[in-house]
Amino acid sequence: MIPWDLDALAAVLLIPLAAAAALALLPGYRATSRLNVLASLLTFAAALALLVGERPAPGGYLMIDDLNIVFVTLGTFIGFTTSVFSASYIAHEIEAGRLTPAYLRFYHAMYQVMMFAMNLALVANNIGLMWVAVEIATLSTVLMVGIYRTHAALEAAWKYFILGSVGIALALFGTILVYMAAIPVIGEGPDAMVWTVLIEHAAGFDPALINVAFVFLLLGYGTKVGLVPLHAWLPDAHAEGPTPISAVLSGLLLNVALYALLRFKLLMAANPGALATGPLMMAMGLASLLFAAVMLYRRRDIKRMFAFSSIEHMGIIVFAFGIGGPLANFAGLLHMVMHSLTKSAIFFAVGHITQVKGTQRMADIGGLTESHPWLGWSLVVGVVAIAGLPPTGVFMSEFLLVSSTFAREPLLAILLVLGLLLAFGALLLRVGGLAFGEIKGPVTPVKASYLPMLAHLGLVLVAGVYLPAPVVAWFRHIAALLG
Amino acid sequence: MDRLVFDVAHMLAGGLVLVSFVMLYQDRLTALLKVYALHALVLTASVAWQAFVQDAPHLYITAAIALAFKAVVIPVALLRIIRRLGIHREIETVVGIGPTMLAGMALVALSMVVMLRVTPDADPLAREDLAFALAVVLLGMLTMVTRRNAVGQVVGFMALENGLVLAATGAKGMPLVVEISVAFSILIAFIVIGIFLFRIRERFDTVDVQALDRFRGDRR
Repeated sequence: MIPWDLDALAAVLLIPLAAAAALALLPGYRATSRLNVLASLLTFAAALALLVGERPAPGGYLMIDDLNIVFVTLGTFIGFTTSVFSASYIAHEIEAGRLTPAYLRFYHAMYQVMMFAMNLALVANNIGLMWVAVEIATLSTVLMVGIYRTHAALEAAWKYFILGSVGIALALFGTILVYMAAIPVIGEGPDAMVWTVLIEHAAGFDPALINVAFVFLLLGYGTKVGLVPLHAWLPDAHAEGPTPISAVLSGLLLNVALYALLRFKLLMAANPGALATGPLMMAMGLASLLFAAVMLYRRRDIKRMFAFSSIEHMGIIVFAFGIGGPLANFAGLLHMVMHSLTKSAIFFAVGHITQVKGTQRMADIGGLTESHPWLGWSLVVGVVAIAGLPPTGVFMSEFLLVSSTFAREPLLAILLVLGLLLAFGALLLRVGGLAFGEIKGPVTPVKASYLPMLAHLGLVLVAGVYLPAPVVAWFRHIAALLG
Repeated sequence: MDRLVFDVAHMLAGGLVLVSFVMLYQDRLTALLKVYALHALVLTASVAWQAFVQDAPHLYITAAIALAFKAVVIPVALLRIIRRLGIHREIETVVGIGPTMLAGMALVALSMVVMLRVTPDADPLAREDLAFALAVVLLGMLTMVTRRNAVGQVVGFMALENGLVLAATGAKGMPLVVEISVAFSILIAFIVIGIFLFRIRERFDTVDVQALDRFRGDRR
């Protein structure tokens, strides 16, 4: 099915798949966690090869283009850094007896299955295949969320599974409707599900039918993006699973669902009679931002708080793509990259913090900058970045978005700024108690790998000060593509 | 002949909606599961008819899977699980039967209005199928939200999935996805059962007679 001349493209899919099989069979945690890191590194290298190398022509099932290469590169990079973090996190969990070796084997295999599914969803040139890949990604993360098998973890996995499955079911219905719309123009058969063919003929589709299809797709994939009011699974899944999974959920899985939405948005934009998708996405994005910003004030659990922050940021990104235009699209794309990097860095810090303190309750954590300077200050820098303070990349993207919104929809800009300020206040309020003040909880030193965290934060800081010209040109090109 | 083709397909898809309604007002888990088996049986007939009409032999595989897994294996497995959990008599419906049925009717009307209006040019067979499929999907969701019990929710979800299969088979010549989506419904069922096994173990931990004895001994 996969032609062998698409070397790097095949590698992005086959490396995780082979690693998953190997990790499912091999015993011992030291060697396997290293193998997990190695496989993720190789996948990232393959993605880089795709980025710089010549693009293969789109096939019937797979393709690589300017839009999805951003997501693939970002995803495999975060997959790699998270696997490094995961190795030190897991070592601690094994020592603490929270995970048994059998479960660990399962965990590593699922990690690679998830990487495979995400990459497949991103490079799929077939709406059916993309749906299947998103489904596999969902199932593998459900299994990882429930891995601690505590009551709360099973409850969270259950909720995620049910809501995610209903969402994905709606997305399938939307996919079928798109196929139905394509039949009269393209004809029956496999071609009517291929992206590149669909986009080419989109102008001839029946507008009424693809309008209905888009509503289903927005609800379906929107559930996976975590848009309010479909977000209920997200905080639980982030809070109860292992922290590396929280990092990849926020940093990767939400982006994959967002990518699916963007693709269908492009399809709608190619049809002159179809409804404008912008207002729908703007409304849901703004609702997510405002709701999550208010909810941030009521959080007691540290991982839950950052999960709500993810809802807030996905809201901002969806709003940006909803408003459209070169500047807002650029801001949305930049914000997506910055959010993924920052949020996973925060979860790396939070993972070690909760391991040291033995709790996720924020009231029981304090004075981190004194007891664990590296973790504490990384958390502070991460929160400052995610709250959108200069000189970080998040500030830059938010600034771009706010200014372009003011130019086009001043009223909505007021709501946007209100949401941003509310979230900003909540986050700074909390981080003060966590990082400064009297030391609470155990102060045992931690064996952590700081490298992934520092690499992410470093990138975010550098991006805030200086964006290399090729990156700007690249993002600008994609922003123009998104219309 | 054309008339007959259309009428039979129409009847089977309509039958699926009817069975979805029957599911809505079941107040016992065992009965709910048996109705679900019937649901899957009607789906099998519908898919098989589509396979015959469209002359698409691969759809017979879909029908066979629906028959074997959805109509037999999964209901039997779930029945055994709920017997072992000792919850086969109870069911907690959140809303009363009357309002639920009214809501169900409204949903069917909604799906007719939406789907028939947006597909005037489509093949009439596919058109009716899609409208009924959406009705089955929405009724499956309604079954899910009106039940607090996890098994009831799963059954609702599987009914919803049946609606999707109906839609996918109704869309003529849809490639690849039929088989894969069916494979997925099996996978989902496996995971459901897996989660239930966890839950059983968890419950036995607390309902375990020995554990209770030890507990009592502690208090004395």
